[in-house]
This record gives sequence, structure tokens and C-alpha cells, in this order.
Amino acid sequence: MLYSKAEPGENLIVRGARVLDPRAKVDAVVDVRVDGGMIAEIGSRLDPNSHRVVEAEGLTLAPAFVDPHVHLRTPGREDEETIASGTQAAAAGGYCAMLAMPNTDPIVDSAAVLGSLIETAAAEGEIPVGFFAAITKGQDGAELTEMAELADSGAVGFSDDGRPVTAPGLMRRALQYGAVTDRPLAVHCEEPTLSRSGQMHEGAVSAELGFTGYPSVAESLMVERDLSLAAYESRPVHLLHLSARESVEAVRAARAAGVRATAEVTPHHLCLTDEAVRSLDSNLKMNPPLRSTDDRAALVEGLRDGTIQAIATDHAPHARHEKEVPFEAAPFGVTGLETAFASLYTHLVESGLVKLELLLERMSAGPALVFGLPVPRIAAGEPANLVLLDTRAGWRVQADGFRSRSANSWLLGQRLTGKVRMTVAAGRTVFES
Amino acid sequence: MTDLRVMRDDLLPPPPTERRHLVSVADLSRDDIERLLGTARNFSRSLEREMKKLPTLRGRLVINVFYESSTRTSSSFELAAKRLSADTMSIKASGSAVDKGESLKDTALTLGAYDPDVIVIRHPQIGAAHFVARVTNAHVVNAGDGKHQHPTQALLDLYTLQEEFGRLDGLHVAIVGDVLHSRVARSLIQALDRVGARVTLVGPPTLLPRGVEAMGCETSTDIDTIGAADVVYVLRMQQERMQEGANYVPSLREYTARWGVTPERLRAGQKVMHPGPMNRGVEIDPRVADASDALIESQVRAGLVTRMAVLYDLLTTGPVGVKAAQLTEVA
Repeated sequence: MLYSKAEPGENLIVRGARVLDPRAKVDAVVDVRVDGGMIAEIGSRLDPNSHRVVEAEGLTLAPAFVDPHVHLRTPGREDEETIASGTQAAAAGGYCAMLAMPNTDPIVDSAAVLGSLIETAAAEGEIPVGFFAAITKGQDGAELTEMAELADSGAVGFSDDGRPVTAPGLMRRALQYGAVTDRPLAVHCEEPTLSRSGQMHEGAVSAELGFTGYPSVAESLMVERDLSLAAYESRPVHLLHLSARESVEAVRAARAAGVRATAEVTPHHLCLTDEAVRSLDSNLKMNPPLRSTDDRAALVEGLRDGTIQAIATDHAPHARHEKEVPFEAAPFGVTGLETAFASLYTHLVESGLVKLELLLERMSAGPALVFGLPVPRIAAGEPANLVLLDTRAGWRVQADGFRSRSANSWLLGQRLTGKVRMTVAAGRTVFES
Repeated sequence: MTDLRVMRDDLLPPPPTERRHLVSVADLSRDDIERLLGTARNFSRSLEREMKKLPTLRGRLVINVFYESSTRTSSSFELAAKRLSADTMSIKASGSAVDKGESLKDTALTLGAYDPDVIVIRHPQIGAAHFVARVTNAHVVNAGDGKHQHPTQALLDLYTLQEEFGRLDGLHVAIVGDVLHSRVARSLIQALDRVGARVTLVGPPTLLPRGVEAMGCETSTDIDTIGAADVVYVLRMQQERMQEGANYVPSLREYTARWGVTPERLRAGQKVMHPGPMNRGVEIDPRVADASDALIESQVRAGLVTRMAVLYDLLTTGPVGVKAAQLTEVA
């Protein structure tokens, strides 16, 4: 279900790093030896033989990250991102796997479109990438796609991301019929008659700035509907990019009642609130919108207690000229692959809200388990999927520093702590700085 | 739980550049407002002379760019610049390169190439004036950006109130109607709050924005509450902003019956204001509009001197005539 360039695995030794794999309960300063792309040995003072040696004293070596939600804009908007540039950006962000959304042009709703993406990924994917197929044809919310054939052709899951499956009857059918594929449904929860024309979170800030509000109930109402349907059909459901307190509470309650619900949250919703929109910077416009301090606190709490299992960037590249317009005219979406770790380390770990171990788990094993992907682990016999992190390095986010083809980052000009020094994906060094 | 405000510092917008703009009332201090009103008063005296033109801004260029229709705002900005001897150019979106799909950025860069001292912009989208301020070197004056702000309207309204009542502190103003879609209301609420006036918003619950009380005002859905105010400020019922089928109010007829400002709903001597253009017979009864207690024409006259004061304040470092006000940042 994941596709990338087929290249032989490397031989290398990462020496002297703090090896931190929260799931394997490893936290020790040791060497890690990789033979032919597989982790061969973990221990002290390993013999390098003829392996390439990476001196990593003072750095942290962790399982590489998995991003369950990116937009690669291919096919259709290759000026904004390609599979090559998007997977290179992911490599620079410390990722060893990523899942791409199907809202491209054309939409990934047939085996033919999916097949061409898989072919491209096999030719130019720097890291393994999986592709969602649409739940409904053209993401129109009217007719189901040929889900069985799409699953057989390699779709990693199904999503109409960017749009909700508005009709409850059709959502129910998708849950029922989707069972034959054994692939997860990932849903964008937005009740369109409540969010209509909404530009930002509805609250004191939108009242002052004059923006049409996109109320949190527009999300939570749909979250509650989809949880009810999933419960009724006894089917799993994954909720994309949660933003509101009420949504987190609904997921927590449903999980406690036995519903197989999973959820993700983005770095920007974990780090910012609607107060940031006062700057009228179009790189702070995204769907769902940044919400209140209280919503942000609920998201952090949900991440901590496991109600939310995954951090997803919702990396959404946009052409420069499309974002260089007044806020109200700008499209929704921000990039995030190359800044996710640093932004979260700076705003959550350094500020004491979340422990580093938890952050690493929610960026790697958490999303992998949701989508049934191999969990990156640092253990002998496992494929090498590693990220080497410098948690002391500070850097400034600059528009010309991205590997992504787009620079619509919500962090431009900001100083962050935490740098990815090296990424090993599927046994191959895909990034080094 | 740990304090989530811990990263608020990082969220602050970048510090304002040295160039001063008037984009939002939120950027004005009480001192700024009082200085501007004082300057406007001086200009009103100079306009009583036979020779109404002042040489103050000779050689300066003021460009007015209007992406939305406007009578009083565009004409008063143009006249204000002319009365101060500045050169002016007025550009309307229709008939310009905007019709050919030119972006706001390119229009701003094109006009910026003439080195204007001031760009006055009206645009239907929130953030337009702010955007132009970022991409050009001119001082930018926001003449209305979508539903966000119309700061010179708020200043001229304060000027009108000051002239009428001799004070602003402690005045009670009821703002009636479609607050949700009104940049005039948003600017005025902030301006009145800055100078110590009390504001009550009155209208249908669907047209009072959720959370608006945080701006420093009270809200009511009962039209009878306007009786307690010194001034009733009537907002235009913005039919052009009402989306099809949005159901903010069931009908204009019902709106007028319930929230229209009529002589019967006013106290004797209660002053009435309206930013124009009026929908007579909808939000305001024609008898109210034409009564001697209406300050609507004073508002229009105030528009000229207030806009002269804004242009002057942005472009000069010292005041005309009176006290040498210190140069505080306008925005």
C-alpha cells in the first residue's frame, strides 16, 4: 500500500545518539547499526566495519514519522507540489511514510488515476507514500466509488477530504460497503449549512474582524453523526483534523462506549488559536479554522490521553499568487511537512505541555496503527526508519528554505527549536543536513 | 493544566513598519483620536474662509482606489485632498485593469510605481487595505474593507457627536440594525469604546455577531431599549450582503415593523445618525430622516474635515495652528 523508488538499503552506523523509541521502551545512549537497510544491532561501541559512520552525540534517534494526511496536488497542480517534491519535503521533515489525499484534478476515484499515481510514486517517491481514494465519485457526495477495485489496486483508505459526505444515508452506505475492503474511512467533518461562507472560527475575534464565522458546532455535529453511524454499523471510522472541544469530547465518549473511532490533529491547531488571525495573514487561513484557547486546550488534552492517536500535518501547498491576496480571498490550507516536528517541539514540548516521548509516539506509531501500516521501530530485525533530531538547535523558518514547491507556511519568519538532522526511510538515507 | 497562553508572544503580528497607515480603529489610541478630531476642527475653521484651499500638501499625491461603489466616501476623500492642495487620482475597479483580471497585488504595485504618498482604498474583501499596506510604500487609508473596518467613518461620527454634545465621554449610543454585516458598526463600537462612550447594539438576534460583547458593548433585541440612549445610530439594512435564503430575517416587512426607527420609538429631542445611503421606509422612517434632530447632513460635512485631518496627520509631522501635538503612531 506504500510506494517509493526501489533502491537498495544502506549500511551505516549511528553512533552515540540518545535512542528513544517510546513504544519499544528504549531510552539509552547506544549505537545503532544498519545492514542493507535493516537494523542489525543495537549496542555500545559497535564495530563500524566498512559502514558509513554518523556521529550523533548529543542528538536523539527516534522512529521516523508517519504523516497520515498530506496533499500532493498531483495530478493537476504540479506547480504547487509533485510526488517528488512532496516526498522530499517529507524526508526533510523526518518522515518515513505519508498518505496523500485524493482531492486532486482529476480526483482519485478510479483505478486508472490511482494506478498512474502509484507508478509515479514508484519512479520518484523519495519516501514511501500511500494514496487515499475518494469515497464518492468526483467527491460529489452522490455515488460511491468502486471501493473494492480501488482497494485491490492499492488504495490505502478512503476519504472525501476537503468535503464532508453530506448525506447521512450515503455515509451509512460507505461504512457498510467499505467493510469488503478492510480499509479505513477517513472523514472530513463539516456540516456545510453551518460552515457556509465561514472564513474563521466564530467567536469574539470573528465578531471584531467582521469575518463570517465557521462555528465549532459545524464540525462537532458531523463528528457526532459519523460516530453514531459507525456505532450503528459497528465499523471503524477515522476523523480528520479535529479542531473543536466538543469533537474531542464526542470521540472520547464514543471510544469509551466501544466505538472503533480514531482521530488526528494538526500542528497548527495544537499551537495556535484564532487570536493569530488578527494579523490577517492569509497563511493563517485553513479548514477547519484555528479555534479558541479552550478548544486548543482540549486538543492537547485529547492528544495526551489518547483520544487523538495521530498528528497529521494536512500539508496543503498553494501557489504563491493564490495566497498573496486579502485574507478573505485566499484559499484554505497551509504547508507543514518540513516544520511539524520543530513547531510542536517548540510550542508543546519546550513549553511543558507534552513530553517528547508522547510527541514522538503520536507522530509515528500512532498514525501507523490507525491505518494498518508497519510501525517504525528501533529494534534488531526491523527495517531502518529513523529520524535523527537535534533538540537544541534553533532556526528561523524562511520562505526560500523549503523543499516543497510551496511556501504557504504559518510559521514564516518564526524562530523554532528542534531540527531534523537525518532521515532514514525504508533503509535509505533520504535527508541529511 | 499548564497555561496555554505560554506562547502568546509568538502569535503577535509582526511589529508595524515605520510608515503610518490608517487600516483599523483598533490601531488608534485615545490620544490619536483626540489629536485627529482637534485637527479636523481646525480645518473646519479654515473652510469658513473665502479662500478654502490650504497649501499644506502641495506636491503630494493621493490615489483613491475604489473597488466598490461609493458616493460620499470617495467624493469627500477627493475633495479633502484637493482642499489641501495635494494632487489626486481616482481609480474605479470597473473600467480599469481589474476588469481584465489584474490581481490586487499588481494593481497596488502599478499604482505604487507613481510613488504616491497616500493610497486610499475601498475593497469588498476583509484584509485588502492591510494587504496593500504590505506590498506598497505608500501610507494606506482604509476606506472600507468588506465587513471589517471603515475607520474614517467612525472618526467623522465621533467628530459629529463631539460637535453636537461637546463631549464624548459618557455618551450613550444605541446602534440599531444589521451589525453582523456592518464595517461601520465595528469601527464605531471600537472608536466609542476608546473615548469612553457607552454602546448598546440593538437588532434581530441573527444580525448581532456571536461574541461581539467582547468589544465593549451591550446587546439587546428589544427596540424599546433605544429610548435610554442619547443618540440612535441607524445602520443601513445591507440587502446586497444578504445571501439568498440565508434567513437572517423572514422579510424586510417584518424587520421594519419590529426594528425600524420611527418617531414613535424615539424620545423627543433624541438625536439620530445614519452612515448612508439610507433605505427610507426600511431601517429608518422618512419622518425621522428629515427631522431636525437628525444629524445626517452634519455627518457628511464632518466627513470632509475628518478626512482632511487624516491625510494631514499621515503626511506631516507638525499640526496646523494649535497645540504642537507630539507625533504618535497612528497605526
